[in-house]
Amino acid sequence: MALVPVDATRVARCRELAAAVASDVQTFIDGHTTVGVERTVARAYGVEGADPEGTPLANTLVDRIHGRGFTGHGVAYFLGRALAGGEASVQEAAESLAYGGEIAPPGQGPSGDAILAALRAPTAAALARIDSARGARDANIAKHKLGPDPQKYVIVATGNIYDDATQAKAAAFAGADIVAVIRATAQSLLDFVPEGPTTEGYGGTFATQDNFKVIRKALDEIAEETGRYVRQTNYSSGLCMSEIAWMAAVERLDMLLNDAMYGILFRDINMRRTFVDQYFSRRIIARSGIIINTGEDNYLTTADAVESAYTVLASQFINEAFALRAGLKEEQMGLGHAYEIDPWKEDSFLLEVAQAQLVRQIFDRHPIKWMPPTKFKTGDIFHSHVHDAMFNLAGVLTNQSIELLGMFSEQIHTPLLMDRYLSIKSAKYIFGTARHLGDEIQWKPGGIVETRAKETLDRAYDLLVEVERESIWDAIARGAFADVKRTRTGGKGHAGVVPRAAEYLNPLLDVLEAGPSGTAS
Amino acid sequence: MSSADKREPQLLRAYGDREGDGMVQMSFTLKTLPGDRAREAAKRFAEAHGLKDPLVTAMEQVSQEHTYFVAYGHSVHAVDIAAIDVEELGSQPLSRDEIEAMLKKLGRKVVVVGACTGSDAHTVGIDAIVNYKGYDGDKGLESYKGFDAHNLGAQVENVELCARARALGADAILVSQIITQRNCHKENAAALVEMINQQGWRAEVLLLLGGPRIDNKLARELGFDAGFGPGTLPKHVAAFVVEKMEVRLDAPVRKKIG
Repeated sequence: MALVPVDATRVARCRELAAAVASDVQTFIDGHTTVGVERTVARAYGVEGADPEGTPLANTLVDRIHGRGFTGHGVAYFLGRALAGGEASVQEAAESLAYGGEIAPPGQGPSGDAILAALRAPTAAALARIDSARGARDANIAKHKLGPDPQKYVIVATGNIYDDATQAKAAAFAGADIVAVIRATAQSLLDFVPEGPTTEGYGGTFATQDNFKVIRKALDEIAEETGRYVRQTNYSSGLCMSEIAWMAAVERLDMLLNDAMYGILFRDINMRRTFVDQYFSRRIIARSGIIINTGEDNYLTTADAVESAYTVLASQFINEAFALRAGLKEEQMGLGHAYEIDPWKEDSFLLEVAQAQLVRQIFDRHPIKWMPPTKFKTGDIFHSHVHDAMFNLAGVLTNQSIELLGMFSEQIHTPLLMDRYLSIKSAKYIFGTARHLGDEIQWKPGGIVETRAKETLDRAYDLLVEVERESIWDAIARGAFADVKRTRTGGKGHAGVVPRAAEYLNPLLDVLEAGPSGTAS
Repeated sequence: MSSADKREPQLLRAYGDREGDGMVQMSFTLKTLPGDRAREAAKRFAEAHGLKDPLVTAMEQVSQEHTYFVAYGHSVHAVDIAAIDVEELGSQPLSRDEIEAMLKKLGRKVVVVGACTGSDAHTVGIDAIVNYKGYDGDKGLESYKGFDAHNLGAQVENVELCARARALGADAILVSQIITQRNCHKENAAALVEMINQQGWRAEVLLLLGGPRIDNKLARELGFDAGFGPGTLPKHVAAFVVEKMEVRLDAPVRKKIG
């Protein structure tokens, strides 16, 4: 493989710095919960359904507790107390708490031991749902074939989940390995997850538990028909990132867009909210075996891709550190980056290859997610197709793991059937024709590629030194990533962040934190 | 009567290899599987679009039930470009120095507020026009001394945009709409104009609309002062704003707001 020289000591130091950055935030995370986390706990215990206006019971329940100022005790406490007090099921307990009389303050009613005992079976059931979905996924993958790297990842985005299923099957027919259903625009800012299958959405389709089932069924059918396992992807981001992680875990999704900082930077979601939510979402993801895709590619759509390449690498170290703290294995970390340098810049291809190769080597066990050019795309579809071809060549040359295929109609519309087909056809051709190119060549010592790779690592290291010194909170506040500035208490969802009480109860999190073999005790 | 009516007709046909050959390429998908009937269907489909002697050059199955075709043919159609009356935007290409000089003459900074409105989360367009970095070597409005440019970013609701624009004393509002599914861009843009009309300050502000599916005609129909489509650079927007501001400040209709 055409390697670039990587200073192992410097990489190790970057990991130490990123670990320190994440540890600082972890102290905050461990002392807080959010309404999103608590809704996730409620759903995991089996709370489901919505009222006639479409407000999920999980929301009404948690909002009611939040309104009383009791969120810091955890929804588990109230559900457990109601169960210990005689409610027949978690669902009935949730309905009584949500729609019944005033919720009594913590400390009244059954003892702590009785509450813990009442939660033992629901906690075990929640874990069993994650574990059995994981087992079913593993069995399906073992039975069918997975495509070779780079895995060809395409998106569907019709707004109607049933049309998405048709498009997903067509994409699989054309040779896609991974299908992502793009989420309806602005769902990340909704503080609830819509219910049921949906047929209307702008810019994409709502992520709902029922919609997950529709696509899973379509892709399972494709696996049976073709013998190829096609992976399903959705978005665990925004104000409901941990709830969606739960739904994805039990509905057998394979991948989730999930990033420790994306919501802060690109959706103006509050920092504290995001850090706490990402942690719980990743605890669930770790247990479920889902592969995350991080969103560093987005940095280069707002900041310059030549100038800011090092921020992508620095952020990957940080995302990795956060993911490790949440129990993810490296094999689950699809760290993101992108091919976004101005295509008319001389030798831009070499700069792209340098970064891709550097990331490949530093994160050698990680299923790296490589994103296509978008920023310099115009309506010239013919040129766009050539641009994507160069991206594909860089991808196979540097052995990227997951490659979101570029579409020649980028900047025009969401991909048409034939757009996606031609994109996959082009990727197949280039991945095949250049399959072992990377094994056959070596970069010129001291040449453009080597020099660029070294410079990027050095600058990422410098940035991590700064971030570690000033803390991630202040680094984000001054615009260190993607040129976007955010404050600790600014952004959406801050009102949903609550300090944990000393008696905070979350047995599910306790088990997830105990590691892969953790069981309810 | 527009002056276009008096012009000599100037017929344009598609130009491929020789004057008047009308060569056009089209690609499309039909819900049928490949075969001789499918090829004939594609040929007739091309003919129905005005392509004479179409040649179906590609026919490939792209899904369980669809086939993709490429066809070439001689378009029988022509357009009379002399009869077209379109207001050309930026007909006076101004250089950066000229724009700065004009801004300086205005005697104060021109306040520009940009945003992606509604549910639209795609800031590439507004960032390219407003942010210092700009696009394709052309620096954004922030880089001009004579502009006081504010990029409010993505998913700004119309209500919020109005409030912020008034608080900042905006001379011009730039709205970017990238997502076009089911015409949400049009509805959202029109709603902004209506809101500003109702609030009674439409005459005090320039409204510009931009995006991949926007052109000047559409923007004008929606009640904006101008529309900017693909290929727009910051200097095009800057030139338009400064020219309009010259007219406006010569005949001040504007009360100082905010």
